[in-house]
Amino acid sequence: MADTKAKKEKIPRHAMPEQDPDIRKRNFLEVPTGYTVEAAMQEAGRCLQCKKPSCVEGCPVQVDIPGFIALIREGDFNGAVRNLWTKNSLPAVCGRVCPQEIQCEGKCIVGKKDDPVAIGNLERFAADYARMNPTGELPPKQKSTGKKVAVVGSGPSGLTVAGDLIVKGHEVTVMEAFHKPGGVLVYGIPEFRLPKEIVFSEVAFLEKLGVKVECNAVVGRTVSLDELFEEGYDAVYIGVGAGLPRFMNIPGENLIGILSANEYLTRANLMKAYLFPEVDTPIPRGKNVVVLGAGNVAMDSARTAMRLGADSVKIVYRRSRDEMPARKAEIHHAEEEGIEMMLLTNPTKYIGNENGRLTGMECLKMELGEPDASGRRRPVPIEGSEFNIDTDLVIVAVGSGANPLLTQTTKDMQLNDWGYIIADPETGKTTKRGVWAGGDIVTGAATVILAMGAGRKAADSIHQYLSWGW
Amino acid sequence: MFKIVKREEMAEGTVVLNEIEAPLIAKKAKPGQFVILKANETGERIPLTMADTDPDKGTITIIYMVVGKSTALFKTLETGDEYQDVIGPLGKPTHMEKVGKVVCVGGGTGIAVLHPITRGLKQAGNQVTSIIGARSKDLLIMEDAMKAASHELHVCTDDGSYGRKGFVTNVLKEILDREKIDLVVGIGPVPMMKFVSAMTKEYGVKTIVSLNPIMVDGTGMCGGCRVTIGGETKFACVDGPEFDGHQVDYDELMNRLQAYCEDEKECYDSFCTMNA
Repeated sequence: MADTKAKKEKIPRHAMPEQDPDIRKRNFLEVPTGYTVEAAMQEAGRCLQCKKPSCVEGCPVQVDIPGFIALIREGDFNGAVRNLWTKNSLPAVCGRVCPQEIQCEGKCIVGKKDDPVAIGNLERFAADYARMNPTGELPPKQKSTGKKVAVVGSGPSGLTVAGDLIVKGHEVTVMEAFHKPGGVLVYGIPEFRLPKEIVFSEVAFLEKLGVKVECNAVVGRTVSLDELFEEGYDAVYIGVGAGLPRFMNIPGENLIGILSANEYLTRANLMKAYLFPEVDTPIPRGKNVVVLGAGNVAMDSARTAMRLGADSVKIVYRRSRDEMPARKAEIHHAEEEGIEMMLLTNPTKYIGNENGRLTGMECLKMELGEPDASGRRRPVPIEGSEFNIDTDLVIVAVGSGANPLLTQTTKDMQLNDWGYIIADPETGKTTKRGVWAGGDIVTGAATVILAMGAGRKAADSIHQYLSWGW
Repeated sequence: MFKIVKREEMAEGTVVLNEIEAPLIAKKAKPGQFVILKANETGERIPLTMADTDPDKGTITIIYMVVGKSTALFKTLETGDEYQDVIGPLGKPTHMEKVGKVVCVGGGTGIAVLHPITRGLKQAGNQVTSIIGARSKDLLIMEDAMKAASHELHVCTDDGSYGRKGFVTNVLKEILDREKIDLVVGIGPVPMMKFVSAMTKEYGVKTIVSLNPIMVDGTGMCGGCRVTIGGETKFACVDGPEFDGHQVDYDELMNRLQAYCEDEKECYDSFCTMNA
């Protein structure tokens, strides 16, 4: 691929090789298997190297996309990952879980007439290459400032803040409530979409840079926010996510066999319950599984249930296909694996047996009416359309709210009506001096990359504060 | 890592005490709060309410009954061994104030949890009568400690092998018939808390119970510990673990505690075979 001028004969976008659906739906190995060196270099050759790259505008952390792709095209894969690291401390993660189709790839000029350059796949390739062929090279660090920063939460936004501030010479400690770092990347996103080993290696990389990671530290319980300042921290970043599960609030919700997606995925991912009884944490293995909701978390739950041996898995969603919030690629993957979509259907109550175990669910059929406040057509129940579904496991994936554990114990920090922290969208500054916040605890449940974008802005602002003041 | 500095077996080895080095938790913890423990890499996260803390020494004490694989695994840990993870303090502390006459009712390992609360209520200036019970004499724990923590102690065994024969509720009824009680604290097996609460409700005496449902994170994130309190769903980990005993749906709680009983049996049996 040295001769890039040959790209006049159009090279089609390299499809990402994937495990066959019939095989993968019963294992937890990663679904996409990654580009070969040849495929990556060829795909990189499709990039037009625009002078004013729109793709970069589409990226919440402004990765130098043409720059890293040019390096892949030249075969300088370590150079490519070095370039990525300047803007993105988690490229192996973002290459896998970013919604590229509405960000960089959605803006790609090649995509106007053809399929866009596979920016996400290339990012993943460069990061994986660097992980599997380590040079031991670390990004340059500025000399120590003597300032201490506490980062509360080790999810994508916290890790971004930690990575940005450690190279600027500050001392950074990340505090995680769980026994393993990574936040939603570890407890939420399944192994088959994001192998945990990748997250741990990204964290290990930050530790090599000097970041301290303290697990089992529940800020708000083990230590309060104010005590962190008493302990000598100069600034605190809060990136604790939106960890409060929403339920349907319909009759029968506490029957055995109804779990929040948070619980189901935490058991499967963080606790590795799919290996039970080799590990000690059990997970319910449903025969006829229903997942309520149609976002990415719902798709992750449904595909996990299938891998745990379900006979049937249904997504039950009250709106239509057009309104499903999950990425198209995730819906496609789920359907390939045999997940059924039961749309315009709304559960009204759960049905249980005499032992308090779930046996079924009553639903109503819906139709679309006039647009609602969100601009989406409002689902309206069709009278008399009640029907029952047999199910022994329901996973509730209808979103999450703000977990009050930390915010309740922090007096002088303002929250909005829904309990999320009020933070300046440009800087991440909260109303409490010396405290920043970002990610889902500010915006409500969103994406990994938006949380990282918020972390980036907050890190810049924290650096400014530590250098010049509030 | 969290080192065990003291280990004791009680009740014929069915109950084990561990004093564990956990300075941050010891500094913060108050009676009524719990920790989550995980023995090793493949271990389960197990919530246990603390039996004691020593902030100066930097230790916490837990007392658990061996009921399944995870507690059987805990039991293999000797003095000097370590838990991989201990998380806490979690949940809300017991609200301690002077209310007057208090009866503390404990059963099984619930007595261990009840002990610091009893001591605290006595220190707060209450007149404290305690009733503790077990199936038989050999299974009774912490009699001396409870005696010291209370003004008056009654002991019962189901089989009459020690103290009064019968259930703790028999003694409780006598006390309630005899004098006006301002508060009852009941901690033990769910059926015991259910019967205690049913009885005190008749007498119109406020009752606090401590619930220990199945949970994963202990920080309000998973919702596995849902309990129905006065018709409303609450999370025991953050809204509790203590609740108004008259409002708890005990039957639902007993059902939900059985959610994984078959899995647990499988896991426990294979562990016992391996270690036989």
